[in-house]
Amino acid sequence: MVPESFYVTLSAVLFTIGVVGVVIRRNPLVIFMSIELMLNAANLALVAFGQRYGNLDGQAVVFFVMAVAAAEVAVGLAIIVAIFRIRRRLSVDDLSIMRW
Amino acid sequence: MAYAAFFIVAMIATGSALGLILRTNAIHGALFLVVNLGSIAALYLMLGAEFLAAAQVIVYAGAIMVLFVFAIMVLIPGKEETGPDPRRAARLLALPVGALLLLLLVFVIVGRLRGAPTAGGPSGSVPALGRLLFTSYLFPFELTSVLLLAAMVGVLLLARRRA
Repeated sequence: MVPESFYVTLSAVLFTIGVVGVVIRRNPLVIFMSIELMLNAANLALVAFGQRYGNLDGQAVVFFVMAVAAAEVAVGLAIIVAIFRIRRRLSVDDLSIMRW
Repeated sequence: MAYAAFFIVAMIATGSALGLILRTNAIHGALFLVVNLGSIAALYLMLGAEFLAAAQVIVYAGAIMVLFVFAIMVLIPGKEETGPDPRRAARLLALPVGALLLLLLVFVIVGRLRGAPTAGGPSGSVPALGRLLFTSYLFPFELTSVLLLAAMVGVLLLARRRA
């Protein structure tokens, strides 16, 4: 049986890759996919901790995270498509109109 | 044996995550993300969470990734990140900061995990998880359906072509 700390370490690695991806990429779709990567890393950590402490609550939380992620992806992609319709370009550096 | 399987799957997961953030083509990134989600489903199976492994493949690798690929096709991929990056120096700063974050996470969480007693893992079988979802988590479960409905209506509103 692989110890849970291995799973948590892998989850930390995946989360960090997601954070770096959000910062270094300019395409909002890739940034969005990096956010999904981070969500999945957190899910993996939740399942590993639930396994370690012997209860199922972690898995229930992961179930809700999946449902919320599905809703979030649908709304986020619709927003990106709406922005693209107005601006005809797709780079996060252009979207500074709301900056103070 | 279990270790070998874990390390192979972990390497696939890490490599595909790196591929997602390093390839400039968004559709390649989406395919890498599918591989990553599949390997995480395999890890769920190793942890004994059968229901979540199935839900991961169906919801994430199926439904969500189809949405992503569809959006990439609608939005003309491959032309967004051409040309020099005006903020290259600021973005390269992400690498040391990311390394620092990783060290911090590993030291705090994994260091805390070492030595704590390990209970026998729960069975993540469908009946046990279903009973939990429909008893202790019944209210959040019902709220999820409202959330999905709200998201659906919101997306329809956003995607509507204004006259």
